[in-house]
Amino acid sequence: MFRFIVRRLLQLIPALFGLSILLFIWLHKLPGGPESAILGERGTPEMRAAIRENLGLDEPILVQYGRFMKRMIQLDLGTSIATKREVTTEFLERFPGTVELALTAMIIAIALGIPLGYLAARRRGRFLDHVSVAGSLVGVCVPVFFLAYVLKAIFAENLHLFPSSGRQDPTIDATRVTNFFVLDGLLTREWDAAADALWHLVLPGLALASIPLAIIVRITRASVLEVLGEDYIRTAEAKGLTERMVRNRHVLRNAMLPVSTTIGLLTGSLLSGAVLTETVFAFSGIGAFIADSINQRDYPVLMGFIMIIAVIFVLVNLIVDLSYSLIDPRVRVR
Amino acid sequence: MALLEVEELSVTFRQRGKRTVRAVDGVSFSVDAGEVVGLVGESGCGKSVTSLAIMGLLPRGAGVTVEGRADLDGTNLLRVDRRTMRDIRGRDVAMIFQDPLSSLNPVVPIGRQVTEVLARHRGLTGDAARREAAELLDRVGIPDPTRRLREYPHQLSGGMRQRALIAIAVACRPRLLIADEPTTALDVTIQAQILELLKDLVRDSGTALIMITHDLGVVAGMCDTVNVLYAGRVVETARRRPLFAEPRHPYTVGLLGSIPRLDSSRGERLSPIPGSVRDVLPWADGCAFAPRCSRRTAACVGEPPALVLTHTERTYRCVNPVAPGEARPGAAAQGPAPATTTAGAATDGSPAGEAATTVPPAPREEESA
Repeated sequence: MFRFIVRRLLQLIPALFGLSILLFIWLHKLPGGPESAILGERGTPEMRAAIRENLGLDEPILVQYGRFMKRMIQLDLGTSIATKREVTTEFLERFPGTVELALTAMIIAIALGIPLGYLAARRRGRFLDHVSVAGSLVGVCVPVFFLAYVLKAIFAENLHLFPSSGRQDPTIDATRVTNFFVLDGLLTREWDAAADALWHLVLPGLALASIPLAIIVRITRASVLEVLGEDYIRTAEAKGLTERMVRNRHVLRNAMLPVSTTIGLLTGSLLSGAVLTETVFAFSGIGAFIADSINQRDYPVLMGFIMIIAVIFVLVNLIVDLSYSLIDPRVRVR
Repeated sequence: MALLEVEELSVTFRQRGKRTVRAVDGVSFSVDAGEVVGLVGESGCGKSVTSLAIMGLLPRGAGVTVEGRADLDGTNLLRVDRRTMRDIRGRDVAMIFQDPLSSLNPVVPIGRQVTEVLARHRGLTGDAARREAAELLDRVGIPDPTRRLREYPHQLSGGMRQRALIAIAVACRPRLLIADEPTTALDVTIQAQILELLKDLVRDSGTALIMITHDLGVVAGMCDTVNVLYAGRVVETARRRPLFAEPRHPYTVGLLGSIPRLDSSRGERLSPIPGSVRDVLPWADGCAFAPRCSRRTAACVGEPPALVLTHTERTYRCVNPVAPGEARPGAAAQGPAPATTTAGAATDGSPAGEAATTVPPAPREEESA
C-alpha cells in the first residue's frame, strides 16, 4: 500500500517534467505576448521590447525554461504579470470556488446518474431506457458553454429563479474563513450567506454536470446490465431476498466498481471543464482566471495553474485507485 | 401425498426474430418428502430450465411462457405472486448451483452471504446470525468457520465455495433442495466429498433433494428415483436399481452404454449415442428421440408415444421399448457385467429400421429386478 503510493507519486515527477516542456513550447508559440495585452494596439516597438526585457522574455527559450525549472524545484511559481501577485496566492484564493463548483456538479451527476442508469438497465428496451440513453447522448454532445448560456438565459435572466453570475450576492457581507463560500457560511453560522452561495452554485453546477451525468448514466446502465446476468444475482434471488436487498447488496455493489473508476477520472476532468462554465457565469474560480490569463498571455499563471491542476488530477486518481481496493476485495494494491 | 408434484410443466422461449424454443415440453414427476430424485439427461434436455421454473427464477415476461403445475404441498409455485414466491424461495425450496465461484458474490464476505438469508427468513441478526452462520459452515465441513465468515469467495477453494453455497441453501432447513449439477465444476476427489455431504445432509434433515445431473455415476450413488429427460420430456422414470438393471427406453440404454468402463477390453471403442441433441423431432410429431434411435419403427413417427406404466414407479415413453434382460449395461448398480453386453441400441451398427424388426416387440409387464 505505502509502496504503491510512493511509486505513484514518484511517477508524477517525469509526468510533470514532460508536461512543463510541452506547456513551455505551447505558450511561447502563441502569437503575441504579455506586452500586447499590456499595451494593446498603441505600443511602439521600443516599449514592447522594454517590457519583454523586463519580464526576461528576450532571453533564449532554454534559459527561460531553466529559470522556470529552478523556481519550480523551490516550489516557487513566480508572480502574475497581470495582477503582480504571487501565483500561489492567486491559486489558493480561487481554487476553493472551483472545488465547490466541481463538487456540486459531481453530486448532481452522481445523484441523478446512478439511479437513472440503474432504472434504464432494469427497464431495458422500454420507454425510460430509450429516454435516458438518448438523453445521455444529447448530454455528451451539447457543448458545455452552450448549455451554460441556455440555462443562464432561461432560469436567471428570464425567470429570475437563480442568480446569473458570481459566487455570492455582493449585498451580503459574509465572513471569509476558508474561501469555500458554502462552508464559510456554515462555519460562521451565517446561514443566509451559505444558502446564497449554494444558490449561486445551482446553474453552473447543472451546466458542468451535463457531461459527467451523461457518462455516469451510460456506464451505470451497461454495468448493471452485465451484473444482472451474473450467477450470483441468481443465487441472491434463489435465497428469496427482497428486491431491495438484491439491488443494494448484490447488483449495485458490483455494478459500482467500473462506475467509481469513471467518477474518479471525471472529477479530474471537471477541473478543466470548469473553465467554460466559470467564464459564462463570471464565477471566480481557477477556470475563469485561466481564461483571463490566456488572453493576457500571463505565462507564470498559466504554467503554475496547469502544473498544479496536473498534480491534483494525479492525486484524485490515486485516491480513486486506493478506494477501489476498499470496494473490491479482489484488488490488492501492491 | 408427494411433497412436490410437477405436472405437464412446459417452458417456451419466444424471441423476436428467433425460432420459438420449447425447452421443457410437458415434464411430470413427483418428489416425496425426504426422497432423492434425479433428473438426468444430456445438455439442453431441459433439466436446468425445469428447476429454474420450479424456483420461479426464469426471467418474467420477455417471451418466456411457463405452463403446467408445480405443487409444493398443494401450493402451485408457478401461480403464486412474486412476493409470496420470495418468501418461499430460500425458506421452503432452496437451490445449489453449478459453478460455485460465479454463484457467490465476489465483493461480499461469505459470512454476510450466509447471514442475509438467515435474517430474511428466520429473523436472525447480529451475533445470533453470526453464530448460526458459523455453525452452518461447520456442519458443511468448512474448518475454522469463524475466520472463513470474514473471507471473500476468491479466498476459498472450489470445494469450500461449494460447501458455502450448500450452507446457504440449507440455512433455513428447506423441505426441498434442488441441486443443479453441483459437482460439475469441481475436481473428482472433491466431487465425491460434496456428494457425500449432500447425502448426509439429506439423511439427517429429511430434506427432499432434486439432483440434476448428466452424470450417471452421481445418480447411481445418490438417487432413490430417477427421471430420464430427453428433449424437454421425461422419457423414463424408475427406482434407481431397476433403471440400471433393466433400462427400458432406448435413450436410457444409450446413456448407460456410453459410460466408459474399466472392465471393458482394451481397444474397445466407447459407444456414444449417434447423432446429437439437435436432431429432434417435435414431440407433437412422434418420439423426439426417433431420429437417433436404432429401434425406430414406423409407429414411432406420427403421434407422440404415450407414457407406459408397467409397474408402480416405473414408466417409460416408448412404443418399442428394450425388453428386460436384453440390454444390461447398467450393471454398475449390480456389479461388473460382461464387456460384450453393452447397450445394443448404441453399438448396433445395423440400420435402425432393421434392428427394430429383429426385436420381440411385446414389453413385459412385470419387473424382474
